Amino acid sequence: MASLESNFLGIKSPNPFWLASAPPTDKKINVLRAFEAGWGGVVWKTLGSQVKNVSSRYSAVNFGGHKMMGFNNIELISDRPLDLNLKEIKECLKLFPDRAMIVSLMADNDKKSWHELIKKVQDTGAHGLELNFGCPHGMTERGMGAAVGQDPEIACMVVEWVMEAATIPVITKLTPNVHSVVPTGRSVVKAGTNALSLINTIQSVTGIDLDTLVPNPYVAGKSVFGGYCGPAVKPIALKMLTTIAQDDVTNKVPISGIGGVSTWKDALEFMLLGASNVQVCTAAMNHGFRIVEDMCEGLNNWMDEKGFKTLSDFIGKSVEKITHWEDLDINYHHIAKINQDKCIHCGLCYIACEDASHQSINLEYGKPYNNYTVKDEECVGCNLCKLVCPVNDCITMEEHRVAPEYINWIEWQKRGLPLNDH
Amino acid sequence: MSITNNRLSKEQYAENFSDIHPTFETADAALVEANRCLFCYDAPCMKSCPTGIDVPKFIKQITTENIKGSAHTIFTSNIMGAGCSKVCPVEKLCEGACVYNFMEEEPISIAKLQRYSTEKAMAANWQLFKRKNSTGKKVAIVGAGPAGLSCAHVLSREGIDVTIFEKESKGGGLMTYGIAAYKVTPQFCEDEVNYILGIGGIEIKYNQELGKDFSLTELKKNFDAVYLAIGVGVARRLDIPGEKLEGVIDAIQFIYEIRANGYSTVPVGDKVAVIGMGMTAIDAATQAKRLGAKEVTLVYRRTEAEKPCTDVELDIARLDGCEIIWLAAPVKIKGAEGKVKQLVCSVMKLGEPDASGRRSPVDTGETFALNVDMVIKAAGQVPFEKLVKKYRLENKNGKISLKDKAATNIKGVFAGGDAVNGGKEVVDAVQAGKDGAASILSYLRIKN
Repeated sequence: MASLESNFLGIKSPNPFWLASAPPTDKKINVLRAFEAGWGGVVWKTLGSQVKNVSSRYSAVNFGGHKMMGFNNIELISDRPLDLNLKEIKECLKLFPDRAMIVSLMADNDKKSWHELIKKVQDTGAHGLELNFGCPHGMTERGMGAAVGQDPEIACMVVEWVMEAATIPVITKLTPNVHSVVPTGRSVVKAGTNALSLINTIQSVTGIDLDTLVPNPYVAGKSVFGGYCGPAVKPIALKMLTTIAQDDVTNKVPISGIGGVSTWKDALEFMLLGASNVQVCTAAMNHGFRIVEDMCEGLNNWMDEKGFKTLSDFIGKSVEKITHWEDLDINYHHIAKINQDKCIHCGLCYIACEDASHQSINLEYGKPYNNYTVKDEECVGCNLCKLVCPVNDCITMEEHRVAPEYINWIEWQKRGLPLNDH
Repeated sequence: MSITNNRLSKEQYAENFSDIHPTFETADAALVEANRCLFCYDAPCMKSCPTGIDVPKFIKQITTENIKGSAHTIFTSNIMGAGCSKVCPVEKLCEGACVYNFMEEEPISIAKLQRYSTEKAMAANWQLFKRKNSTGKKVAIVGAGPAGLSCAHVLSREGIDVTIFEKESKGGGLMTYGIAAYKVTPQFCEDEVNYILGIGGIEIKYNQELGKDFSLTELKKNFDAVYLAIGVGVARRLDIPGEKLEGVIDAIQFIYEIRANGYSTVPVGDKVAVIGMGMTAIDAATQAKRLGAKEVTLVYRRTEAEKPCTDVELDIARLDGCEIIWLAAPVKIKGAEGKVKQLVCSVMKLGEPDASGRRSPVDTGETFALNVDMVIKAAGQVPFEKLVKKYRLENKNGKISLKDKAATNIKGVFAGGDAVNGGKEVVDAVQAGKDGAASILSYLRIKN
């Protein structure tokens, strides 16, 4: 049996699943329930500046009958008294000494405030600190959260203050509300952060109430941009993670992956793209802490099947598989094939290809069932038919190389090979 | 044994004849089902609907909470879409064709979703079609059944002034008078007719029978065109001894009485035999049981594999406690004092396939007798042959013959529905009405 044990900057946890800094980690009662359910660690909801929350706070995007495909919030950092939080952190640490306890911080924008806060938190015995440079609402207007993360120089300065006082590992959490996460990432690594975590939430409007015409979430007839997260943001998070994992400066520190992780498969994808562990929030807010059971079992079974003994055996394995477009092999070609025994004659492949792709599917009318076959010579291998097909493995992509040798775009141009020839 | 009415309490009647096809009780339930729909292209369900309802579109519209649009999509193809969602044998039409069947998954509950949208439209009386300005043309329609109403609605939309002549006192035809009340309640039928008439431009003259109260010649003189949607008449004769005994009744007549007169007034035997295995036979048998008959036995000369009704229908009969005897052909009804006492049947076996492609029943020479006090005949219906011949309409055994989709041999006279096809589903009649309207519009040189 594989070991799920995780070691992040020396912070050990029985598995790589931490709960992200958010409502599920804002007090003892939740955190104890999470530990009882089996979570490897928590990042305690951000402590720091004084705040006041509003009502309501959350809204969601539903899709095709599924709730919470995307989720957003306009909640601020912890609105509980600092001393109470510190006391409860201590109690949780005592009850579950084998779990990771990281505390998220966002102090007022001066060195003294950061130093005072760090000292108090370190006194609890917490294992690490996470700097919240990402919260996109409420705090930014006061020069905190994303306002720090969006400016590499300010971020650098704050990390330098933090590192002067920190005696435990420091993780800097990056905001995705930038054109690239790399500049801030590099800046804070240079300033001495021990690790990075990403992504925080993405500024968003989830929808509008079509009766009142007020966007969500509703607060007395108004709304504001909220931080978007949940399954919908995973692809964006994975891309940002990859840029950090591929950059020569930022990939020198461990990364904690965040953004729409709901299952062991999602977690694996983050880890394959360079995350040493993952943090989860929306999935737990949707279904409760019990989801960690399948995350552990699924990851374990996958590792056993693939023969991986420890997490470090596979972390980062897919990073090198994401390359630049001009390095792709132009001679690679594949063609869709429709398995006629599996086909249910829904026509979804046909209409997608006909209206939106390359008119490569032949329709033979029948009553009531039409037959669909691929015109091999027209198919560009785009995958669209396979993606829309409701039947597993009914449409497969079969490799038909144009030529045996690898050739990329640069070489193609050099040799004057034909362009615009489809 | 006796044939009597008023066998049950008011509450029992109400329970036995309540709607067996309720729609989704909540919007959430409808959404869960609607979201299962794959939104097929050139969808098999749509192609299996005689009226060609764009099923994926109306279901998609439920998911976007555009119920008005959903109802419009249904009614555009089938103005009786509400009724059809209750009486269609969907297991052999749209739902039978659903691609989920290939995945060994339950097909989409198309009928139930169709009820959801159409019932909302009827309840709110959303009039989704606007009648064009009057063209001044007048069309007479004989029969306010599905074919007649469907034809009338299309014509009215195009600005034709329509007058329907109906021999009964209510509209809806067999929907109102010929289908089990637990499938479409009398109130629903009345509501549906009123909803259709909501467009305006359609007048129904009730209690007006062709050949009795008015003639085809008069209609031809007073109207620009005539559409005959007169349906079919009584049940086919068995041509066996004892058919005239008291207690032998025509299924259509039996169902008519239930629908027209109220449940408690209709007499039913203690032990009832129903001859036939079509939809009407099932409707007669189940309703006889629901009226309080102690034993109901369906007798059919072929096997379950050849039965004309659907599995779903047969299940209703079985669940109602009806007995079924396969491979049994009635040869004689025995009586005493003029009343039915026994139904004697031949035991059959299957022989070679006949013209319908089904193996034909062959007499084995053996017989058996059922002790019954009532025999309901439901072995198909016969057309109004006399009437059709009287007006020199070209026909085949009383079924009106058509040139193209709706024109008869008489200029300006069109026909459709059961009178032409001999008796099919409501949904087929609705399509016939649309075809009739299209032919009439083209005859009147009105573009639609």
